[in-house]
Amino acid sequence: MKALLSDIKTSLLLTAVFAVVLCGMYPLVVWAGGQAFFAEKANGSLVVDADGTVRGSALLAQSFTSPRTFHPRPSAAGTGYDASASSGSNLGPTSRNLADSIRERVKAYRLLHGLAADAPVPADAVTASGSGLDPHISVANAHLQMVRVARARALPVDQVRELVERHTDGRGWRVFGEPGVNVLLLNRALDALPSHEGQRAMHPR
Amino acid sequence: MHAPLAWFQFALYAAALVLITKPLGLFLEQVLDRDGKTWLDRIVKPFEQLTYRVCGIDPTKEQGWIGYTFALLTFSTVGLLFTYFILRFQDHLPLNPQGLPGLSPHLAFNTAVSFATNTNWQSYGGESTMSYFSQMVGLTIHNFTSAAAGIAIAAALVRGIARPAASTIGNVWTDLVRVTYYLLLPVSLVFALVLVSQGMIQNFQPSIVAKTMQSYTIPVAKTDAAGHPELSADGKSPVLVDRTVTTQTLAQGPMASQVAIKMLGTNGGGFFNANASHPYENPTPLSNFLQMLSIFAIPSALTYWMGRKVKNQRHGWAVWSAMAVLFVAGLLVIWWAEAAGNPIHQGLGVAATDGNLEGKETRFGIFNSALFATITTAASCGAVNAMHDSFTPLGGLALLFNMQTGEVIFGGVGAGLYGMLTFVVLAVFIAGLMVGRTPEYLGKKIHAYDVKLVMLILVALSATLLGGTAWASVSPWGQAGLNNAGPHGFSEMLYAYSSAVGNNGSAFAGLTANPADGDPHWNLTLGLAMLIGRLLAIVPILALAGSFAGKKVLPASAGTFKVEGVTFTVLLIGTIVLVGALTFLPALAMGPVVEHFLMNSGTLF
Repeated sequence: MKALLSDIKTSLLLTAVFAVVLCGMYPLVVWAGGQAFFAEKANGSLVVDADGTVRGSALLAQSFTSPRTFHPRPSAAGTGYDASASSGSNLGPTSRNLADSIRERVKAYRLLHGLAADAPVPADAVTASGSGLDPHISVANAHLQMVRVARARALPVDQVRELVERHTDGRGWRVFGEPGVNVLLLNRALDALPSHEGQRAMHPR
Repeated sequence: MHAPLAWFQFALYAAALVLITKPLGLFLEQVLDRDGKTWLDRIVKPFEQLTYRVCGIDPTKEQGWIGYTFALLTFSTVGLLFTYFILRFQDHLPLNPQGLPGLSPHLAFNTAVSFATNTNWQSYGGESTMSYFSQMVGLTIHNFTSAAAGIAIAAALVRGIARPAASTIGNVWTDLVRVTYYLLLPVSLVFALVLVSQGMIQNFQPSIVAKTMQSYTIPVAKTDAAGHPELSADGKSPVLVDRTVTTQTLAQGPMASQVAIKMLGTNGGGFFNANASHPYENPTPLSNFLQMLSIFAIPSALTYWMGRKVKNQRHGWAVWSAMAVLFVAGLLVIWWAEAAGNPIHQGLGVAATDGNLEGKETRFGIFNSALFATITTAASCGAVNAMHDSFTPLGGLALLFNMQTGEVIFGGVGAGLYGMLTFVVLAVFIAGLMVGRTPEYLGKKIHAYDVKLVMLILVALSATLLGGTAWASVSPWGQAGLNNAGPHGFSEMLYAYSSAVGNNGSAFAGLTANPADGDPHWNLTLGLAMLIGRLLAIVPILALAGSFAGKKVLPASAGTFKVEGVTFTVLLIGTIVLVGALTFLPALAMGPVVEHFLMNSGTLF
């Protein structure tokens, strides 16, 4: 009994000490270090307009549906691209729901990009990501969309291709992971181009 | 996917793991010796001594196995209650900028147990359920202490094996404090800052509302004045109306400090719902590589430390090799299955060369998703960078088997080693039976009592795992939680109990343990399964430690069974695979195996 009481007392005190050190000091030190050295990243890698309006995060996908923009991967986060309710579809390999969704997405993708009825479609374009907020699309997917975007914006394909390349995140240290094209930053760069009339004048065809 | 590059990444991972095993093992030797000297002494020693003084700990006093067990269980219980009450009353506590309500009793119970047992099953949704205070205090404290407890138990067991005719197995308080202060905290501190440099958030701001680049419409259920959804004329489906979306709410919080220890301590409970697939929680392929390495770092180093303590380094490496072989075997199955993809989807027009990308992130691709999934299930970590529920049937099968073998393929910090050592005792026992000698392990005779303890663990855990699955699969509450029909639904239930009993924490996450009607069955049964999975492992293991400690060491003779070299490693692997296969193949046949054939025949549910 005495041993138990002594164990309880030590446990309570040690929990209190640990709470101060591990749950107070430690996160605050990381917070201070993060704010001092990597403030932009520690605060969410936000994409901000010149007037200070937050437009999103460079790390989080947003919905884009216009033919003038690159489209992100399908999302199962909340009602779609909900950055306060991240989630995958969690549908399994024999799910009819998933197969139906993929069938619809494949059809829509082929139609939008003028592909043949039996052309293979990049998997990332028709499957939901794990988080529902995947900021990237595959390079193959971006190259298919590039032609459509160039046409919709009346831009030379090469100019759009150059922007795609500039917004492709390569493998980490050239080795790790897979390359991907950041959709939000790419669309922002497209919108930042001079107006179309000016474009046409600069690139007479 | 680029296959040679994937192999190269695997080679880098394996090389990095091997390279850190010895130095970290040597460091552990200093940490786990209460008089050990480390290069951190100058900074950390004063904190260590102050902690002893404040808590009234006598660091020179060692405990027998019963004293050690009671102290550890008391400490875990206090921590469990601490977290339970924080979660229940988070709405009255600070750092809750979103004004989230307190958790329901059964969700708070499930989550507190989940973290206290180093399982970190996410019945909660992270950004949608937990205040910053709950995450930073209620959950993070267990990320440290449950990991430290696992290492302490492993240390106690190894001391028991190594010491000749001793009555004590260490001091639980110094083990907890030293592991936390010298190992977990300093590494986490550096690791967290590296993660922030990759893009992980660490702030205390409320969620940020961004004005989206483009507005768009989504169908939502129409509600009447009282907020109830309106139903269509047939009274079944809700009436949908278009809602224009012009904002995106970006959840924030003190994430990096929690994620660093979540990986290093093989906890795995995500700050956000999508865990390490969320771009904030795993921003780059480099952060992904470091997270994967940090999961295996301590479990791998502990085998080296063990070899040193029992003065048989080749035994340490033999155990390490058994873990490595099982790890690579699992990885190859999962990698192959995910790269091969889903013939149903390929028939619909998905490019066959891309593999199965449902639930996977572009920046990780097939290989890094398969590697992460293998590591996290093998190591009882449970963090995920891809949704396991959407893996192919055979990929899912390997994930299940990794957990069902008892989380000994490197395993959780400490838990992997003590789990593996029970299999070592079993393997040595079987070898002894085969040659007709009293089995000896490192000079200590194994008696009926020791084998009974080992069997108690195996039987209790398997029975809980299979019994829970069986109960859920024939109950309305069990089936109500499913996200998938057919054999995959059964796999969701099997995965849930495998994860809970193995203290893993990953999930076939379509399963919902918090139904709208508030039925508590899932939260309560999984909470109990986690408790059984932890308690009925650590109590018999500490008893085993006590039993071994009291044994005399016999000199090696010509008939001594060697616990190093290829023969032993093969025997150990055989024991693990055989026990796992005999116990779980029938259940696996009903889930992933049958689903594999149905998928190949194009059947949908």
